[in-house]
Amino acid sequence: MSTQPMIEVDHLTKYYGDFPAISDVTFNVAKGEVLGFLGPNAAGKTTTMRVITGFLPPSQGTVRVAGYDVVADSLEVRRLVGYMPETVPLYTDMTVKDYLAFMGTIRGMSRKAIERRKSEVTEVCHLEQYYGSLIGKLSKGFRQRVGIAQAILHEPEVLVLDEPTIGIDPIQVVETRQLIKSLGGQHTVIVSTHILPEVSMICERVIIIHEGEIVTVDKPENLAARLEATEHINMEVRGPTAAVVNVLRSVPGVQDVSFSPQADLKARYALVGRRGEDLREALAKAVVEHGWGLVELAAVSMTLEQIFLRLTTAEEA
Amino acid sequence: MRNIRAILRKELGTYFASPMAYIMAGVFLALTGVFFVNSVDQPFAEASVRGLLATSSFFLLTLVSPLLTMRLFAEEQKLGTLELLLTAPVRDYEVVVAKFLASFVMLASMALATLFYAALLAYYADPDLGPTFSAYVGFLLYGAATLAMGLLASTLSSNQIVAAVVGFGLILVFTLVDQVSNILSGTVARVLERLSLSAHFDAFNRGVIDTADIAYFLILMAVFLFLTIRSVESRRWR
Repeated sequence: MSTQPMIEVDHLTKYYGDFPAISDVTFNVAKGEVLGFLGPNAAGKTTTMRVITGFLPPSQGTVRVAGYDVVADSLEVRRLVGYMPETVPLYTDMTVKDYLAFMGTIRGMSRKAIERRKSEVTEVCHLEQYYGSLIGKLSKGFRQRVGIAQAILHEPEVLVLDEPTIGIDPIQVVETRQLIKSLGGQHTVIVSTHILPEVSMICERVIIIHEGEIVTVDKPENLAARLEATEHINMEVRGPTAAVVNVLRSVPGVQDVSFSPQADLKARYALVGRRGEDLREALAKAVVEHGWGLVELAAVSMTLEQIFLRLTTAEEA
Repeated sequence: MRNIRAILRKELGTYFASPMAYIMAGVFLALTGVFFVNSVDQPFAEASVRGLLATSSFFLLTLVSPLLTMRLFAEEQKLGTLELLLTAPVRDYEVVVAKFLASFVMLASMALATLFYAALLAYYADPDLGPTFSAYVGFLLYGAATLAMGLLASTLSSNQIVAAVVGFGLILVFTLVDQVSNILSGTVARVLERLSLSAHFDAFNRGVIDTADIAYFLILMAVFLFLTIRSVESRRWR
């Protein structure tokens, strides 16, 4: 086994007309790695994936899969890749069985291999009861599974999954994540998402992409540490605002307090504390001891939007 | 070859699974029935399919071909399945050829059904089998050329109606181009006349199989299939 990366993306730029959907993106993916691609909509995730799968050619730069160039050796690359586009396009007038057989055939699998893998992926993706059903009659969640089933059918070296958990119910999301995680090791997987916790659950490494450029590349746990250097807490308290602010400030660990008055003598307070310290109990105690009414107390987890805001502004600073 | 067969089988499955194919075959047969009766139900009528196929090629192929091909690429673009098809290790020309063959099989099976009229003639009269054969050869070549045009139109839009209308327009131009030559003269008129689909079909219908006419239909078909392949490829440089 060589140490050569499975996927090499080198200074990749893709224009749509004059508009660069991605510009100067460079990263590698090691064999067997599960790489997360995190970014808001229109960040360039799908475009990057389309270049890797050979659907769109790069405008500038090169992309290699297992050493094959996606433009010059397009057929070789396409043989190695299993792909599920974001919209999970399927032939709605085919049965699951026929569809899998068709996808297997055009990917050059032997008839025997198709028969064997058809039943294997059906089992892995829990499609047994819909094996003979028309795809058009399946619910969104099951179509998603068919999409994954066709992507892994030919046991591809590289698996590219564009937003595989979007639009399916929570139980299926959990199952899909487990499935993707289990595919790592034998397959090299690139999975895009805009859900932060999802990345830490299934990926070994994360690339955050924003407006067509890579903002950061890191392991999910490091990323969380970097992003959450502080804890944010929101409170709503009934009481004299000036006194409340003073008391809250005096709680050890609180770095900053701001407030906005509400009706009925109440006010909302936004607190910033040191990371790794849960201040909620101390804060509750402080408020109650002074006889004020504690209406609400909640730790705030950062939304993806805030994270992007922070990452992009940090880059500029 | 294996890819072409797989895609061809899938497309035929889709044709026969949808009501569209049956409706079209029904309309096709109803109209050819009218044309047939019109061509034989007159004084001194001759026992031939000439009138039937002349009218059919002119009126039906212009309409039926774009309807047969409109779905082939437009729907895949709309559903997004083209993305999966083209990221599979399949060459662009294999996709185009397979889809073309699927539409041709559909058209040929409709034409096959009209052999019923020829059989009817053979039962009641003594038709000349030579011209009947040549007319069907011509009809299928005519059909193949128009299907290639319809297929190109289908790659140009993700809307089936748009694809059908563009295909219809394209075929109509090649059907009627010799009408324009009537008001022109000289070389231009002769070239336009030579470009016309219906003019080249006439010889077949008279019982003449001319290699020039065969070449005309095959070249026209090849050119439009080539353009279709380029159109599918164009996502690479667009």
